[in-house]
Amino acid sequence: MSIGAPTPRPFLEVKDLTVRFETDDGIVQAVTGSTFSLEKGKTLGIVGESGSGKSVTSLALLGLHRTRSNAKVAGEIWFDDDELVTATDEKVRLLRGGKMSMIFQDPLSAMHPYFTVGSQIVEAYRVHHPGVTKKVARERAIDMLARVGIPQPDRRFHDYAHQFSGGMRQRAMIAMALVNDPALLIADEPTTALDVTVQAQILDLIRDLQEEFGSAVIMITHDLGVVAELADDVLVMYGGKVVEKGSALDVFRTPQHPYTWGLLGSMPRLDRDVRERLIPVKGSPPSLINLPDGCAFNPRCPYAGRNGNRSFTDVPVLREAGVGTGAGHLVACHLPAEDRKTIFQQDVLPNL
Amino acid sequence: MLAYLIRRLINAVLTLIVVTFVTFCVFFLVPKATGSDPALLYVGKQADPAAIAGIREKFGFNDPVIVQYGKFLKGLVFGRDYVSGADITHCSAPCLGYSFKTSQEVWPLLIDALPVTVSLAIGAAVLWVLMGVSFGVISALRRGTIWDRSVMTVALAGVSLPIYFTGLLSLSIFVYWLGFPNPSFTPFFDNPWHWFTGLILPWITLAFLFAATYARLTRANMLETLGEDYIRTARAKGLRERAVIGKHGLRSGLTPLVTVFGLDLGALLGGAVLTEAVYNLRGLGYYALNGIRQSDLPVILGVTLFAATFIVIANLIVDLLYGVIDPRVRLG
Amino acid sequence: MSENLLEVMGLEKHFPITKGLFKRKVGDVRAVDGVDLQVRAGETLGLVGESGCGKSTTGRLFSRILEPTGGKIIFEGQDISHKSTAQMRPLRRDVQMIFQDPYSSLNPRHTVGSIIAAPLQIQNMPTPQGVKKAVQELLELVGLNPEHYNRYPHEFSGGQRQRIGIARALALRPKMIIADEPVSALDVSIQAQVVNLLDDLQSEFDLTFVFIAHDLSVVRHISDRVAVMYLGKVVEIAERNDLYKNPRHPYTVALMSAVPVPDPARRDRAQRERVLLTGDVPSPINPPSGCRFRTRCWKAQDICATEEPPLVTRMQDPASHLTACHFPVVNEDIVAGRRPAASPA
Ligand SMILES: Nc1ncnc2c1ncn2[C@@H]1O[C@H](COP(=O)(O)OP(=O)(O)OP(=O)(O)O)[C@@H](O)[C@H]1O
Ligand SMILES: Nc1ncnc2c1ncn2[C@@H]1O[C@H](COP(=O)(O)OP(=O)(O)OP(=O)(O)O)[C@@H](O)[C@H]1O
Ligand code: SF4
Ligand code: SF4
Ligand SMILES: [Mg+2]
Ligand SMILES: [Mg+2]
Repeated sequence: MSIGAPTPRPFLEVKDLTVRFETDDGIVQAVTGSTFSLEKGKTLGIVGESGSGKSVTSLALLGLHRTRSNAKVAGEIWFDDDELVTATDEKVRLLRGGKMSMIFQDPLSAMHPYFTVGSQIVEAYRVHHPGVTKKVARERAIDMLARVGIPQPDRRFHDYAHQFSGGMRQRAMIAMALVNDPALLIADEPTTALDVTVQAQILDLIRDLQEEFGSAVIMITHDLGVVAELADDVLVMYGGKVVEKGSALDVFRTPQHPYTWGLLGSMPRLDRDVRERLIPVKGSPPSLINLPDGCAFNPRCPYAGRNGNRSFTDVPVLREAGVGTGAGHLVACHLPAEDRKTIFQQDVLPNL
Repeated sequence: MLAYLIRRLINAVLTLIVVTFVTFCVFFLVPKATGSDPALLYVGKQADPAAIAGIREKFGFNDPVIVQYGKFLKGLVFGRDYVSGADITHCSAPCLGYSFKTSQEVWPLLIDALPVTVSLAIGAAVLWVLMGVSFGVISALRRGTIWDRSVMTVALAGVSLPIYFTGLLSLSIFVYWLGFPNPSFTPFFDNPWHWFTGLILPWITLAFLFAATYARLTRANMLETLGEDYIRTARAKGLRERAVIGKHGLRSGLTPLVTVFGLDLGALLGGAVLTEAVYNLRGLGYYALNGIRQSDLPVILGVTLFAATFIVIANLIVDLLYGVIDPRVRLG
Repeated sequence: MSENLLEVMGLEKHFPITKGLFKRKVGDVRAVDGVDLQVRAGETLGLVGESGCGKSTTGRLFSRILEPTGGKIIFEGQDISHKSTAQMRPLRRDVQMIFQDPYSSLNPRHTVGSIIAAPLQIQNMPTPQGVKKAVQELLELVGLNPEHYNRYPHEFSGGQRQRIGIARALALRPKMIIADEPVSALDVSIQAQVVNLLDDLQSEFDLTFVFIAHDLSVVRHISDRVAVMYLGKVVEIAERNDLYKNPRHPYTVALMSAVPVPDPARRDRAQRERVLLTGDVPSPINPPSGCRFRTRCWKAQDICATEEPPLVTRMQDPASHLTACHFPVVNEDIVAGRRPAASPA
């Protein structure tokens, strides 16, 4: 497209990422043609319903589908000028937990029940610092536990995950993920299993740590509130595809995709007056083995019939949303920009 | 912890009392119901009535079952005297009585048989754990490959073939065909090499059966463990696959085996009846079988007591061990 | 004269913890520890609070699945606190429960038809046109295809399974439904469908709802009155709008301010106004003396440790607004609890 001086590659650039699983029931198209990028110090929020491919995307970044024989990963992942999809296993392993690391949803099951929390952090540190003595690694682990706000870290070091409360466990998980100063932190629903008050603490912690270390963060969640709190950019996923992408302000202020409208319309909000009724999205999410033809959202979309048959035959591509939207605000929908604008203004906005 | 141990020990003793009492009842009441008489068993059918009456009195067959059982317990703990008129026979402290058939004292008989069974069980255990676990782990890691399928097929055969079959098969192949020495028991301290060669065949036979079960079990446990979130975390940390499997995977994948192993070994120490019979080894199982064939109550009671003790102890050890292996299990 | 369908007084449920040789009792999990509540006929009472504060236990006591260890439960004027299973049978019909997990609360080996028919048969409900017809009507009522009568639960999606649970609860035409986190496991878009369904059914059948959830926005949407629980006690209760506009208990304030707002433009303000609680909820085995919230409360003073604050009307609140706090929050002093990092230098 634009010709001129080659722009430097973004810190993380994902192009056309596709992940499939071969199963007995058929091929699961978990992620299809996902494209996005992220700079250091920025936060990308990925939202979508259960099964929309969020976790599969994040595991692909870490190369964790390599150990699964039934997964096929295609596309490009450029991380700090290295391509990861075609890189050797050993190279990706060295990045994992080092330059890029991950926090998981359920910290209880994500920690080994038979090893102490401290020893698991020490282990994470020593894989990437082979020369370091146990003692130094131990001190580092205790420092990290203190840094994430665990009281009496030198004592808690010897505890097991089940002896921690939910919030403390997630803090320990964060300590483990940050022990090697990663440049990219992927948080897969880090607060879904927690109470709101604890969630607020954890989000606060992630924000602080990001400011301190300047790392890039990918925040995966199904809670639009969490995204709005943290993300600079937002990716909305549906049926394994990115259907809308843009800055958080744009996506929340002038959402473009009918699915995003549906999400916003179906959630009750504390910052608005009570509505008589919620406006749900009809139907349920599609099977990724048997995606609908055309736009995957068409069985649930109230506007599917508006463009002749295109919603049922052509897969919409992700492109500039046009008219009255911010730069870099992309949407995958056949509706003409004008229509989208009027529908949003007249039908959607009044109900939000 | 101490309270826990005491509670477990009391439980164990109670279990043993119940087990022996039930055995006692069964073997005393069944002959009564069928009209046969233990005294007759003891002296033979042709004995004169006076002799029978003497035996009855001496062994207390006239007392109610509960009294006889009480005497049995007392004999076990303090020893006992068998009195019939002027004829007094003393049987000292752990007294299990006299065999009805051979008139030998049961306790020394079983103590002599013990090394045979222990050698058999422990040697086989080492073999089957090594084989079962390694085959199981490799199968789990190569799930769905030819290797996995063939190991699991052989394992299925191992689980379903009776010991009589595998035992006699290996006997004919190794001994009659390849000329191995006939299995026999030499005490370890007399000649370790003979001990080893004499038992290798029974070990293999017994181990084959268990290894098959263990391979299947290990494979299933490993597959389950490898699907756990914490394995994904271990990979996400950048650990080498060797460490992921060898440290994080095995630790929890093999834990359930501890229970099974403890109980299997405990049960086997009570006598590997079939294997001992096939190879004609005089262990506890051999006496158990003979005892049952000949309605030799004291022997049966003795073996039952031994077997139950081993199982109860194995249970206790397994539970204690579990508390050490799995920090989530708090004993107390 | 009671317009209260259900009323509980000093309700307690202590689960004993036993230990040692003789199963000696060493303590109690005081899951519910002195709750007074009324549920009015036809209303929806929301019950919120953090995990482990005793919401589910309260719900189970209301429906008498559990027997209280103290206090009284009055349903339609009858004391049902210690009724036996047999005595409860006719009442079971009037109070039904819906559970959080649509996956585990349905028997996977039974067809949907037989799952929904079971309560009808157990209670010998008259079904003039046959059980099958009755079940199909129920399926239709909750928005499922009546043709799917013979399918198994695994053939349905999460939201549909929750609808099956609702149909089962409705089968006996109860007066009251206790819904324990009925939408927590569902995706937002599906959650809204179920919330609307519950709304419709309530007006159609004049149902009384007790709606248990930890999501404050959903509770606000669906409830007429809301009770906030903390460590086995109700710390604040009020009409919905009143509670959300003028939260009085410091815990309620903290809880509300912790909810992330889906509006990035207000991100900074939300963060500034947030009351960040520190630490965890204390153990219900050994709750703090005096006010149970004092270990995390930014307004706590000496009296809070010694004197338990009663649940009464405070300040100029309407009579329906009760708060258990010695120093209820006046709008301005929310400031004091803001996150330390944001406090002006
Ligand atoms: N190893 C696998 N084999 C087969 N299918 C898989 C595998 N892993 C994931 N999937 C499927 O891929 C799809 C996307 O899953 P993913 O975990 O990314 O969803 P998600 O967006 O993270 O949802 P949630 O909010 O529930 O975590 C799902 O339909 C899932 O069943
Ligand atoms: N059967 C039981 N035996 C012992 N303790 C119990 C039992 N049921 C609940 N508890 C304890 O009682 C307390 C309250 O539990 P309850 O399930 O009512 O909480 P909740 O508010 O519903 O929490 P959540 O939001 O996690 O569902 C908890 O500490 C719990 O561990
Ligand atoms: S492409 Fe069609 S079906 Fe898809 S979101 Fe747009 S209008 Fe709806
Ligand atoms: S009574 Fe005291 S400790 Fe309790 S909430 Fe009120 S101010 Fe805080
Ligand atoms: Mg996920
Ligand atoms: Mg609950």
